[in-house]
Amino acid sequence: MSTFYFIAFLSIFFSILVITAKNPVHSILYLILTFFTFTIHYVLLNAQFLAIVNFIVYMGAILVLFLYTLMLINLNKESEPRKSNVVKIAGFVGGGCFLLTIIAAVKAFNISQPVVLNDPNLGLVKNLGKILFNEYLLPFEVSSVLLLSAMVGAVLLATKDPKTT
Amino acid sequence: METLTHNIQAIPLNHYILLSSIIFSIGVIGVLIRRNAIVIFMSVELMLNSVNLLLAAFSVYRGDATGQVFVFFIMALAAAEVAVGLAIIVMIYRNTNSIDINVLNRLKW
Repeated sequence: MSTFYFIAFLSIFFSILVITAKNPVHSILYLILTFFTFTIHYVLLNAQFLAIVNFIVYMGAILVLFLYTLMLINLNKESEPRKSNVVKIAGFVGGGCFLLTIIAAVKAFNISQPVVLNDPNLGLVKNLGKILFNEYLLPFEVSSVLLLSAMVGAVLLATKDPKTT
Repeated sequence: METLTHNIQAIPLNHYILLSSIIFSIGVIGVLIRRNAIVIFMSVELMLNSVNLLLAAFSVYRGDATGQVFVFFIMALAAAEVAVGLAIIVMIYRNTNSIDINVLNRLKW
């Protein structure tokens, strides 16, 4: 039980470090740690398929893509101009108001039943695959079209136009 | 393994909601206070992940695997979004030699 609170503290701590780190590379490394704590959360929820997919897709693919783009852009000269303090305070107030609203709403509902896993093979690959390929077959195929169009779009955007250069 | 998960999971649902909303608002604050376009993108990823965690927690709470299928779709969408977004950022950097989002204020009018 205390494992959850320790991991939750770690994920909040690392996500605060993500948005406060000055160097973008450090920011990405803290984001990797944050996603690792999310993987541990999925393991604690016994969602093993999601834990593996989170590990492979987020930590393996997306963050490597971020790091690679950062290297391509070559931002090693600490060139980020700081925002003015007024904007920062306004950002904190806005986010804080949002958080306060949600906390007040949760308190007002006053539901706190424990999350208990009734079906131990709920998040396993076998169970999820049956649901995915029976009820959600059409969204699955549509998401493959989405990935194809994203790939074509990314290649089209990132290549240099030969006529203009 | 089963006894392990049974021991761990007596956590109230409220605490999952609070954790996810705290991380979501950290992501919102990150979008508002940073000017580096890549860090803003990472804050968006943070928000997507907090929603994923909340969906998984509700899925376990209700004993319904549909929530985890939706998390899978959100992950596919996030991968597509990151690929296109980073391509746009690279293109912006090639045109303006900067990834400061305030350079892009010519889109305002």
